[in-house]
Amino acid sequence: MTETPTRANRPALALHVPEPAYRPGDAPDFSSISVPAAGEAPRPDIAAEAEATQPLTTHLVRVLDDEGRAVGPWDPRLDPDTLRKMLKDMKTVRVFDDRMYRAQRQGKTSFYMKCTGEEAIAVAAATAMDPEDMHFPTYRQQGLLVARGYPLKTMMCQIYSNAGDPLHGRQLPIMYSDKKHGFFSISGNLGTQYPQAVGWAMASAIRGDSRIAMGWIGDGATAEGDFHSALTFAAVYQAPVILAVVNNQWAISSFSGIAGAEQATFAARAVGYGIAGLRVDGNDALAVYAAVRWASERARSNKGPTLIEFFTYRAEGHSTSDDPTGYRPAGEAQKWPLGDPIARLKAHLVALGEWDDERDAALDKDLDAFVRAAQKEAEAMGTLPQQGFDNIPSMFEDVYADTPWHLAEQRDASMAEAREFLGHEPK
Amino acid sequence: MTQGPTKTRNMIEAINDAHRVMMERDETVVVYGEDVGYFGGVFRATAGLQKQFGKTRCFDAPISEGGIVGTAVGMAAYGLKPVIEIQFADYIYPGYDQIVSEVARMRYRTAGEWTMPMVIRSPYGGGIFGGQTHSQSPEALFTHIAGIKTVIPSNPYDAKGLLIAAIEDPDPVVFFEPKRIYNGPFDGHHDRPVTPWSKREEAEVPDGHYTVPLGKAAIVRPGEELTVLAYGTMVHIARAAVEENGIDAEVIDLRTLVPLDIETIEESVKKTGRCLVVQEATKTSGFGAELAALVQERCFYHLEAPVERVTGWDTPYPHAYEWIYFPGPLRMKNALKKVLA
Repeated sequence: MTETPTRANRPALALHVPEPAYRPGDAPDFSSISVPAAGEAPRPDIAAEAEATQPLTTHLVRVLDDEGRAVGPWDPRLDPDTLRKMLKDMKTVRVFDDRMYRAQRQGKTSFYMKCTGEEAIAVAAATAMDPEDMHFPTYRQQGLLVARGYPLKTMMCQIYSNAGDPLHGRQLPIMYSDKKHGFFSISGNLGTQYPQAVGWAMASAIRGDSRIAMGWIGDGATAEGDFHSALTFAAVYQAPVILAVVNNQWAISSFSGIAGAEQATFAARAVGYGIAGLRVDGNDALAVYAAVRWASERARSNKGPTLIEFFTYRAEGHSTSDDPTGYRPAGEAQKWPLGDPIARLKAHLVALGEWDDERDAALDKDLDAFVRAAQKEAEAMGTLPQQGFDNIPSMFEDVYADTPWHLAEQRDASMAEAREFLGHEPK
Repeated sequence: MTQGPTKTRNMIEAINDAHRVMMERDETVVVYGEDVGYFGGVFRATAGLQKQFGKTRCFDAPISEGGIVGTAVGMAAYGLKPVIEIQFADYIYPGYDQIVSEVARMRYRTAGEWTMPMVIRSPYGGGIFGGQTHSQSPEALFTHIAGIKTVIPSNPYDAKGLLIAAIEDPDPVVFFEPKRIYNGPFDGHHDRPVTPWSKREEAEVPDGHYTVPLGKAAIVRPGEELTVLAYGTMVHIARAAVEENGIDAEVIDLRTLVPLDIETIEESVKKTGRCLVVQEATKTSGFGAELAALVQERCFYHLEAPVERVTGWDTPYPHAYEWIYFPGPLRMKNALKKVLA
């Protein structure tokens, strides 16, 4: 290494590399995280100037208190049926995640990603928006599909890349796509969907439509340039879009400080662009619902975009290819001060007298049977190890609207190769 | 091809007219990019469009190529047809992730559920003392990507017809415009005055709607001695070189690089037995390498000489050394001689 002379009368510069407070073997202690009391955050008018939301970008919008009561100006006053539907959807997501994680471990597919601990965010957001509104999700918003009634079996078929897979085995598991359910195609490239959501919203505004878009990103991917361009375009054109940052504290092994969270909240970035910002308890389904509702009313009335940071915790590994005990303490999720979103919504329904342990246990049993049944149906259409030979020409379709000569030649060559490889005529 | 009145137009006017025709015909066509709206573009390609169609159909964008392409993906997903401009091809790279990872793959990854009918226009190429970042020819970075079409016109008639075809095409098209020949064809003799388009028949551009089909090359000069494959500005340089050296070469303007008109190429090379591939871009892994490989794969037993390439050198595009770098008449002459030897 080259020795660079320092000037004696100046201090040596020092590079700051953020470190999480706790590493494997440490006892996690989140008492330093400021958790404001439920009901404390004010609720501004939906027409508020972006700058007026600044205090809310460092606060935390919370509705459910420790006793499971809904308190304060953000209480969305949802009816018990809606609350029960959200509880059911969140539980469904968790059961689904557990079963698909296990399916990956059993070798039935190559890959899976859970959203454990984050179920309230996608489920409540889907509940708060209209079914016609378009989501531009990441790979961790499976709750949107579940809440919008997308068939679990089809999700599983996509995961197994089998004959029922609407994406014809072309996409990695969990990269769902469904236009009808307002769920835009998931890309492996992080952040790309953020300006896309803004563009969809701009298109809706260009056409004088009334639909809005919601873009999703994780804390880690906010460091991508697409995050910046999305916020710039959303602000410049006052696009009817909600921009969600799911801050689950971790981007694979990097804690949120590596994405810039030590210096400012992710919500605080909004106001610098002239966008309204909210920071919300992501494990509080009612707070999530209320914030998305507020932002959607704002967007729908041409008052512009909103950025919402959902503060939560990624309770499990990043994916089936990740072991979090390599970089963070085991049991950290249990210490997370915002608790478990499902337990908190359940406690609320119980406090309202609209739910009890008996019904909860019965629902768990029903959902387990429901998800198992879907899995059985999906597996009847094949799991990954048997796939990939059933329609080889389809591999060459949809690259373009029509198949150009060079792809037709390659398709024929691959069929000849498959014939040799299989020892019989491919389908 | 088309009846009806024509008007002498340079390439910019032809491109401008293509926009106007399509914006009138299809209200889902939206046009945006840096300086594209009120000002009408730094090359005037979108002049007058905002005034005629309003600010929601033609508008200025922030200086963010990633944002321009990224928002266009969302608009196409909604059902619009964005025709976006990247001010110089040299600045397309911040949008490259969106083009390669999103635009190109959307139809495939969604099994046709979502498609990306958009056009990404960008001036490209050198010969204008544009230095390193106003002269590049990055077409090979796009021809290498499955799912996008790459189109490069070489004259006003084709520019309008190809752009209309690109806008109507159901697939995403990267449309590179050789800025050196916006105002007139260029034969490579930079020391002579520029000829305006008005002296050329390809500048007689019909009013109204017509198309030049994508995927079809044009034989711009029929010949028997050898085949020259070129596109963009190099079509004119190749044609001039062939004529100046008294060679009876067949000059083919590819017009669309992907999908390539392989039939026209094969037929010509099988007839002439010799092939020279011409491009402005740097040599290594350029599109010319693909052309040379295809020709030797498909016409090997008809070839009487190795396929030669005339290209830019494998350096960044230099400013002061413009005419040493640029593949001009001398490089053409020597290559033609070599192929014919």
